[in-house]
Amino acid sequence: MVPKSEAYDIAVIGGGNAALCAAMTAAEAGARVLILETAPKPYRGGNSRHTRNFRCMHRSPLGPLIEKYSEDEYLSDLMKVTGGKTDEHLARLAIRSSEECLTWMQEHGVRFQPSLSGTLSLARTNAFFMGGGKSLVNAYYRTAASLGVDVLYEAAVTHLELSGDQIEWVDYTFEGQSHRITPKAVIVASGGFQADTDWLTRAWGEPAKNFLIRGTPYNRGVVLADLLDQGVESVGDPTQCHAVAIDGRAPKFDGGIVTRLDCVPFSIVVNKDAERFYDEGEDVWPKRYAIWGRLVAAQPDQVGYVIIDAKSLNLFMPSVFPPYKADTLEELAGMMDLPADKLTGTVSKFNAACGDTTGFHPTELDGVTTSGLTPPKTNWARPITEPPFYGYSLRTGVTFTYLGFKVDDTAQCSTPDGKIKNLWAAGETMAGSILGQGYLAGFGMTIGTVFGRIAGREAAAYAN
Amino acid sequence: MQTELIHEARRQAEICNACRYCEGYCSVFPSLHAERAFSDGDITQLANLCHNCRGCYYACQYTAPHEFDLNLPKALAEVRRNSWECFAWPQPLARRFHTHGGTIALALVIGFAMLFLAIRAIGSSGGEGFYAVLSHNAMVAIFAPAFLLPLFSLAISLRRYWVEVGGKPVQIADVTAAFKRAGKMQDLAAGHAEGCNFEDEDRFSQARRHIHQAIMYGFLLCFASTSVATVMHYGFGMHAPYGFWSLPKLLGISGGVLLTMGCGAMVYLKQKSDRDLGDPMAWGGDIAFTLLLGFVGLSGLGLYALGSTAMMPALLAIHLGSVLTFFVLMPYTKMAHGFYRLAALIRDAQRKRDLMSAG
Repeated sequence: MVPKSEAYDIAVIGGGNAALCAAMTAAEAGARVLILETAPKPYRGGNSRHTRNFRCMHRSPLGPLIEKYSEDEYLSDLMKVTGGKTDEHLARLAIRSSEECLTWMQEHGVRFQPSLSGTLSLARTNAFFMGGGKSLVNAYYRTAASLGVDVLYEAAVTHLELSGDQIEWVDYTFEGQSHRITPKAVIVASGGFQADTDWLTRAWGEPAKNFLIRGTPYNRGVVLADLLDQGVESVGDPTQCHAVAIDGRAPKFDGGIVTRLDCVPFSIVVNKDAERFYDEGEDVWPKRYAIWGRLVAAQPDQVGYVIIDAKSLNLFMPSVFPPYKADTLEELAGMMDLPADKLTGTVSKFNAACGDTTGFHPTELDGVTTSGLTPPKTNWARPITEPPFYGYSLRTGVTFTYLGFKVDDTAQCSTPDGKIKNLWAAGETMAGSILGQGYLAGFGMTIGTVFGRIAGREAAAYAN
Repeated sequence: MQTELIHEARRQAEICNACRYCEGYCSVFPSLHAERAFSDGDITQLANLCHNCRGCYYACQYTAPHEFDLNLPKALAEVRRNSWECFAWPQPLARRFHTHGGTIALALVIGFAMLFLAIRAIGSSGGEGFYAVLSHNAMVAIFAPAFLLPLFSLAISLRRYWVEVGGKPVQIADVTAAFKRAGKMQDLAAGHAEGCNFEDEDRFSQARRHIHQAIMYGFLLCFASTSVATVMHYGFGMHAPYGFWSLPKLLGISGGVLLTMGCGAMVYLKQKSDRDLGDPMAWGGDIAFTLLLGFVGLSGLGLYALGSTAMMPALLAIHLGSVLTFFVLMPYTKMAHGFYRLAALIRDAQRKRDLMSAG
């Protein structure tokens, strides 16, 4: 199917959560909508296919969510992870709107399940999708189809023509040919640029070549770059992103959730010189996992190595690759190409700094700390003594970049001269408007859902 | 057991265990997520817990073309079929029928022939109705062993299964829990009770669940009909033929209709499903078994409808021949799945009970 040039009121660029929320909302408002998704059908949905929950404010128990999670508590959690680098007005809008999203999502086919085993700490704040993000994406595509939304897969948008204060046309390639459509309005929901290693390297320098991309290989920022080149206003710093430390053996792209490692708080983490570099026990893992991507990125060769002993093996969720395992630290060092004498030295120094461990409690801040060690380990500090010893390698895994479009509270884009009257943005491609740095689990899907719906509503109002 | 099938299922289970997104769908995932490592017995248990609803496949972020290449419904279906073959007794019989629809058809022809032969050789000793064609004693002499021997064989298989999956002494509560899940076919409902993903990719539908229950309850009604008739015959001296408003007829006719329509619908539904999300090797055997079961129902109804015509003797031979084949093949065809499923659900109920008492 190649659509006629003027058959659509709205073109939605991208095929993930934000794009689908926008498309469904616009179609329900009566607009004729076309989704242009770069990925082939099995990989449709961008990073949304790897997600598992969204963070949702609620004043009383709601769906799978227990107790309550107020706007102020939510905002304060966000402030903590971003170090205050957020647009409070937009953040509050996202948070406040999240509450009504849950029911709306159910009405559009999403089903929820209780918090997964191993994620009890999120049972109050995050609503988990039954089957994960790909089933959410599947449900939305079905609903969108029933609303008359057309979808083109493997349709790569190459250019949006900005002329003055409006987008004149959209160019894309499909089945080896170039096409041009002239929709009345355009919604960009095509994510960040993290899968474009060259761009990432321009921003980060050479280290970026060693980064792994946790999600879709299709978010290369083509439309982002195209529009920024034409003067559309941006927000965020190209080095900022949601990055975590993942198993160093993960595939370059699309490794998703199974490559994460939750063992850092029970371990020591060393660099390739077998030296520790950060307090592994600073806070509970859900509050700290998002800083370790940058910590590892700052180490030589952008690698880290987690070392634990037998008594900690069952304290964290299993991950997809089995750990390196050895009866002695020297042997383990050999398996991971670490200098053996330095590793044993680092471990003995750490062990000597451990004190009374009787208060050890794996799921709360237990204050079991080292003394006289730099950097210290301030919780869960137990000596690493009990063979077999286990190790994992760590690399930086980028989820999405924050450089994106600056939008207002109607998700509308602008140039320095003012609003672009027919261009809106939603999802990761504008998340930098709210996330200046750091990341809060499940917030990406909240931003995508809230701003996707806003963009769909506004674009449809304009097009009608 | 075929180690490569177990290996592949284990590889996939380990990926699932690191993801856990499907936890809410069915009994498999909570059971899987309770382990860190999977023994062969664990994999066999998971395989028999899986009802092939396919919800996890369509929800999976790691299906092909992803390099992890997950297809858990298929991996477990292959282990499951292989486990039935390995636990079956006697072994050489078992390996033909799950994977070869043709052998089921051949067995059916033999079943027909045996009944025609029996009618010709033994005939009647002057009874009424069907007994005018084949005497009651002759029917009992044929069908009592044809029913009891397969049950004996299944008992041996289930015993082997129980040892393999580390089953414990069974409590009534375990059995009740298992029957409840099977009675509602909860594992074909997905966690949100909207059914499975079978005939139209990721669309949730109750079709397969409802059709399965039509077959299961249809079969149970037919079985109840025969059981009631046996009690009436021996207990009360009330001999067939029975009238329409008798219990055996009411149970038998309603059961026969459900069974016939259910099996027909199931074959139709299977044609629309993606074969590669099940065990491709078992396709022929499954279809042939479903057709055989449906034919048992249909020929029973035919016998009822045309019982007073000249076609009756031939129809009786055909119906009884199909019943004979069905019973004898019970341990070696898809029919065995009902017994294994129940065993797996009982084992899972034990696991949950242990969990409750532990924590």
